Amino acid sequence: MSAPLLAVDGLSRSFGKLVVLSKLDLTVEAGGIHAIIGPNGAGKTTFFNLVTGALSADAGDIRFGGSEIGDLPAYRRTALGICRTFQNIRLFGSMTVLENVLLGLHCRTHGGLLSPLLGVPFRRSSAEARARARAEEILKLVGLAARAHQPAIELPYGEQRRLEIARALASAPKLLLLDEPSAGMNTQETLELETLIAQVNRRGVTIVLIEHKMSLVMKLSQVVTVLNFGQKIAEGPPAAVQRDPRVIEAYLGAE
Amino acid sequence: MLSDHTVSILIFAGIDVIMALSFYLPASAGQLSAGQGGFMALGAYTAAYLTVQHGAPFPLALAAGGLVGGLVGLAVGFPALRLRGLYLVLVTFGFGEMVRVLFLNAPAFGGPGGFAGIPPATTIWHVLGLLIVLVYFFTRLSGSRMGRAFAALRDDEAAAEAMGVNSTYVKLAAFAAGGVIAGLGGALYAHYTLFIDPEAFGVGRSLFVMLYAVFGGLASFWGAVAGAAILSVLPELLRWVKDWREIFYGLLVLSTMLVRPQGLLDQTLLARLSLRGERAAARG
Repeated sequence: MSAPLLAVDGLSRSFGKLVVLSKLDLTVEAGGIHAIIGPNGAGKTTFFNLVTGALSADAGDIRFGGSEIGDLPAYRRTALGICRTFQNIRLFGSMTVLENVLLGLHCRTHGGLLSPLLGVPFRRSSAEARARARAEEILKLVGLAARAHQPAIELPYGEQRRLEIARALASAPKLLLLDEPSAGMNTQETLELETLIAQVNRRGVTIVLIEHKMSLVMKLSQVVTVLNFGQKIAEGPPAAVQRDPRVIEAYLGAE
Repeated sequence: MLSDHTVSILIFAGIDVIMALSFYLPASAGQLSAGQGGFMALGAYTAAYLTVQHGAPFPLALAAGGLVGGLVGLAVGFPALRLRGLYLVLVTFGFGEMVRVLFLNAPAFGGPGGFAGIPPATTIWHVLGLLIVLVYFFTRLSGSRMGRAFAALRDDEAAAEAMGVNSTYVKLAAFAAGGVIAGLGGALYAHYTLFIDPEAFGVGRSLFVMLYAVFGGLASFWGAVAGAAILSVLPELLRWVKDWREIFYGLLVLSTMLVRPQGLLDQTLLARLSLRGERAAARG
């Protein structure tokens, strides 16, 4: 068997006295959809922040594709192929839908501060034209092509979440981390999201999914990891995890 | 032809627009500088020193002024990497004061007595030429990879980094480019006034440059252009109020900001005027 795409080993992080993640070992195999569930405050988003480099770990290793990435700044990890969405939507408010996706292409395109002065006057550079074509393709995939030139923050909530996914996809990730992508979505929107996630996964993008909606977790994921108080309390196929007494206890509270 | 007086008003207004753009560039990446006067001083003194002491040709002196402004901008960018908002404003403010005091105590540059005997070189065409280049640059920047990285950094730095933007590089580039523009502005200024002293580039200068851009609106570089043009020509039109000039000026700025807190050219107005460059073109 080949090495896992992502492997964390003894990953720990505290905020002051609060231990948010404690010696977490977790591996994500390439190609699948891996769900992470757990009650609020279990350390799920912190795990994402540590893997993407938004936060640094107190202890532990993070290996991506076999090489250690724990010391790399966030943008280098994005370039290596890790990208994410945010639980509290964080689109770029001053930009249009298309521009948000174009920004996602940042690490796959070139052009410095002087490039606006170069090239044919009053004509878009070929690099910019290619980037736009790519961005429009991605918008088509998530079903937002018609919205391309609207300000991103004017989109309805569900579409903003899809745009977050589109923006992350633009960076051509090997590993896509989705932080509660269905939060605030109605049943119809959730179904569409399910289709989208499966479609992205079929294109070869490995997905780690933090999710509260169990229907989504059950249908999409092959492996579920359950966190509680910063520790892994269960892991396995979704059906087995759902029956695990420790999981039921974590969610419903011990008698 | 235009009278000498009108030309002089236009040249000073043009230099103010250049300075406002030098503030706008880092500001468009979320980096507020209260020290643009310091970069202007560096450009002015560098260029003047070269033409006076070494008989350097004007274009060379101009380039050197921009270069020194850019290099020092890069240096000032480093502390800026760790600072945000008000703290950054204070540090850049400190930088501006440092430059002023430096020239105040440098006999080679005339010290407090100022630096005189600068040969006249700046014409309206130099100012206009640089402005055209800058307007062209900023128009193209808004629809380019780096322009979007600037905007992303201003909107949400953490999200920008998560999407692959190297914030260190972008911030340093923004500060350096702002320094180049301010340095060029200073060099043009010195070769028009023919006399410079440290007080011309003090806190007042830095704050006015900031005011121009904010008054015009930070949503687009056109805001900086409009703000600086209006606020630097306005006092000339208000000469008839004589003694009341400053008060009248202050009231006007204050009341405009009350009505248009986002500056003269906010998003809505820009959209209506289609001044958002490629963005507007893409819509049409």
